[in-house]
Amino acid sequence: MISKSVPEPKLIFDKSRPGRVGCNLPHADTPAVDLGATLGELRKELHLPEIAELDLLRHFTNLSHINYGIETGFYPLGSCTMKYNPKVNERTAAMPGFANLHPMQPDATIPGAFEILIGVQEMLQEITAFPYITLQPLAGAHGEMTCLMLIKAYHESRGDGKSRHTVLVPDSAHGTNPASAARCGYDVKSIPTDADGNTDLAALAKALEGEGGKEVAALMLTNPSTLGLFEPNIEKICRMVHEVGGQVFCDGANMNAMVGTTRPGDHGFDCMHLNLHKTFSTPHGGGGPGCGAIGLQAHLEQFQPMPVVRREAGEIFADYDRPLSIGRVSAFYGQFLMEVRAYTYLRAFGKEYMADISRHAVLNANYVRARLKDVLPPAHDRPCMHECILTAEKYKKENGVRALDISKRLIDYGFHPPTNYFPLIVPECMMIEPTETEAKETLDEFCDAMIAICREAVENPDLLHDAPTSQIVGRLDETAAVKNLDVRWNPKSAPVPAGV
Amino acid sequence: MPYIPHTEQDRREMLATIGAASIDELFREIPANLRVAPGALDLPPALDEARLLLHLREISLKNVNLADTACFLGAGIYDRYIPASVGAVISRGEFLTAYTPYQPEASQGFLQTIYEFQSMVAELYGMDIANASMYDGSTAMAEAAIMATGIKNRDRVAVSEAVHPHYRQVLDTYCWSMGIEVVTLPHEGGETKDYMAAGESACLIVQYPNFFGGIESLSEARKAADAQGALLIVVADPVACALLKPPGEYGADIVVGEGQPMGVAMGLGGPMVGLFACKKEFVRQIPGRIVGRTKEAHGDRTGYVMTLRTREQDIRREKATSNICTNEALMALAATVYMIALGKNGMRTVAESSVLNTQYAIQRLTDAGAKLKFKSKVFDEFVIELPKNPVEVRDLLLKEKILAGLPLGHYYEGLEHCLLVCCTEMRTKAEIDHYASSLKKILA
Repeated sequence: MISKSVPEPKLIFDKSRPGRVGCNLPHADTPAVDLGATLGELRKELHLPEIAELDLLRHFTNLSHINYGIETGFYPLGSCTMKYNPKVNERTAAMPGFANLHPMQPDATIPGAFEILIGVQEMLQEITAFPYITLQPLAGAHGEMTCLMLIKAYHESRGDGKSRHTVLVPDSAHGTNPASAARCGYDVKSIPTDADGNTDLAALAKALEGEGGKEVAALMLTNPSTLGLFEPNIEKICRMVHEVGGQVFCDGANMNAMVGTTRPGDHGFDCMHLNLHKTFSTPHGGGGPGCGAIGLQAHLEQFQPMPVVRREAGEIFADYDRPLSIGRVSAFYGQFLMEVRAYTYLRAFGKEYMADISRHAVLNANYVRARLKDVLPPAHDRPCMHECILTAEKYKKENGVRALDISKRLIDYGFHPPTNYFPLIVPECMMIEPTETEAKETLDEFCDAMIAICREAVENPDLLHDAPTSQIVGRLDETAAVKNLDVRWNPKSAPVPAGV
Repeated sequence: MPYIPHTEQDRREMLATIGAASIDELFREIPANLRVAPGALDLPPALDEARLLLHLREISLKNVNLADTACFLGAGIYDRYIPASVGAVISRGEFLTAYTPYQPEASQGFLQTIYEFQSMVAELYGMDIANASMYDGSTAMAEAAIMATGIKNRDRVAVSEAVHPHYRQVLDTYCWSMGIEVVTLPHEGGETKDYMAAGESACLIVQYPNFFGGIESLSEARKAADAQGALLIVVADPVACALLKPPGEYGADIVVGEGQPMGVAMGLGGPMVGLFACKKEFVRQIPGRIVGRTKEAHGDRTGYVMTLRTREQDIRREKATSNICTNEALMALAATVYMIALGKNGMRTVAESSVLNTQYAIQRLTDAGAKLKFKSKVFDEFVIELPKNPVEVRDLLLKEKILAGLPLGHYYEGLEHCLLVCCTEMRTKAEIDHYASSLKKILA
């Protein structure tokens, strides 16, 4: 990592010199035409940088040095499943027979692509116990939204689409849950969590009783919950919602705890979304592409988004004859090259090793929890699943040090911080998800650093308040960023480069 | 399994620290009837790395690969040259394996590239600002329409029939679930001219160039939007905007588009990258992430952060401007490298070469017996009418290693004999001549 002794990186615009170009491009060998006469009104100016190829590469290589990825070090960002992204997946996704396919070329010319899509679908069916999988959604939140649309179409088909206008969401849920419900025109009602970290059954029963129950379209439940705990009453909860005619959606962000060990389709859920970029190792890419497969029970199948890729009598094809389909949720077949990566990953694990994913993810999380419990107490006194939720409340009360300060100090120790302040119901929350791909030594180094930082919090809290000091910048002024909004380089205010 | 580093001894020591006798014990909160034994799932056997590559290669070879077949198919996804530098940058582990830059001090590299991306997208579209990306062009358009309904407080949107049919289908799905009415504006001769049906819509949506390749009159669209008090949303091809007067200069309120032509593999249409730009006054209604430039809180170094975060789902929950969380950062990075590698002159070269190839193809294909369907000015796509069934013609041309275009009968009544043809800078005179001579034989 580069420290503050290094000069601030320049913007690419400040490196531009007229006449330079970064790629030797194809020029048409067809006859010239009068552009104005052919096209009509043309643009006058185009302020894009002019950079030679080597300088372009240096620009980005240097920027990469001030960016932390999984390949840089341990990245225990809770809820995000930052596991190793195998290199072989990149090789397969780059194969010309996958990368150079047009989504509107004839179906008969892409049997291999259909084989990948159906292969992923069938393996995910087996892993989740949902009889149907669709790969249309482009990210996790997009998958949540698609599931709610299917639920909406289901209720409409039964004549109570209008009256069922409420979606129940636990107070521990990801923000995307209520936002996705709102995106589907639903009212959102929050359900509290009980003292043990489970869904408050009494509160749920109350929300479902009488007229209120008839208004419930769905419950959105994350299992294991965002508290890193398996919901032991899951079957009962699903029954309670079903009894009043509602549907139960499973937020699959935490599927990594379950792969090969337990199957959400068996728990009573009607549908769920999966984040292939979390559980099935497609790279997170600095914030996307995501990839949001969804699983469905049979009663939702007919509403699936189009196209539906199916295997029938040995033949794989895209089915567009779907009169009850909700329609398209994305332009083509979903994140195809991400599906190629997920397929590669699933085939690498296969029958023999699939359960090793959840077993080691849970082992690692419980190990970190056990090693840190004396300095950062777990929010709940139960074994955790794939992530542990710790609270730094005592440091806030006694030393004026917040969870965020601990996180910033971790950066100085060479680690990416965990998720902070989520779930919202745990004070000074630190959500640590190690994933199965981290070795014991890495976890030990991380835990040693956490213990050292907690000691610093007591002995020298300013070390934490001032952190990080090892990076190219210290803490940034986010209020000023909003107040003096600067979200683009402006060619008009740029200085004229020397020699022009 | 190389992706899981645990030795038997590691497991033993870790369990001892935890105080558990076995890994199974850690799962004891899962009701026994819901557990499956390790290895019990009916899945194919594991493959080693060498066999994995062979297996995937074998599957990939079953597809007709457009590196070997000349692609005259566009329709929203374009076969454009991807500079080698794009792959070199986006495969760097520091970028590839990072996530959303929640910790800005450790993510300055990616944050700066997003700021550069936003700057260049805004520049290409001629708009004040752009966001950090959307999933794809179709969802960017649907989000723009929903944003307009919020700004205008109207629950109807109007979209031209000459907008990509798949985009309109996505719009229909999004709007159905939100209770928003969608009105379709008819095309006349391949262009949008009649905006009367829009009524009291929150927005008018047109595509530039449109699905048929025609360059719509954005000044007419702007006038129609003003007359109805609606926002003007333009779905624009960013490469075309390197040459054409950009939508922002016609007064567009929101401009969205598909960024795939800028450095992203066609990949059967995914992953793509949605572009989203708008006027400054709407910045607080914009969906998705935005990166801003700021200073240190206790210092004077410049840095970048995700900003205007109070619009977003993790803070605003059901009151957020959108449910989008993960976007398409890596593909946005590919587009960023592309725009820089080509720069001002390269972007123009690519756009200009496409125009030249397209004009030549129009001439050669009409000489070969096709009829140009519409009279509009076109950028890199056009519609031809054939005296034979275009699906059959396309299939025959495939045998000549030519992907001839998109038969339109499936999408538009009255265009059953039509084919949408595209020529990017990748097509050569020889390929176009081969297409024309093969077509001539088929039509003879």
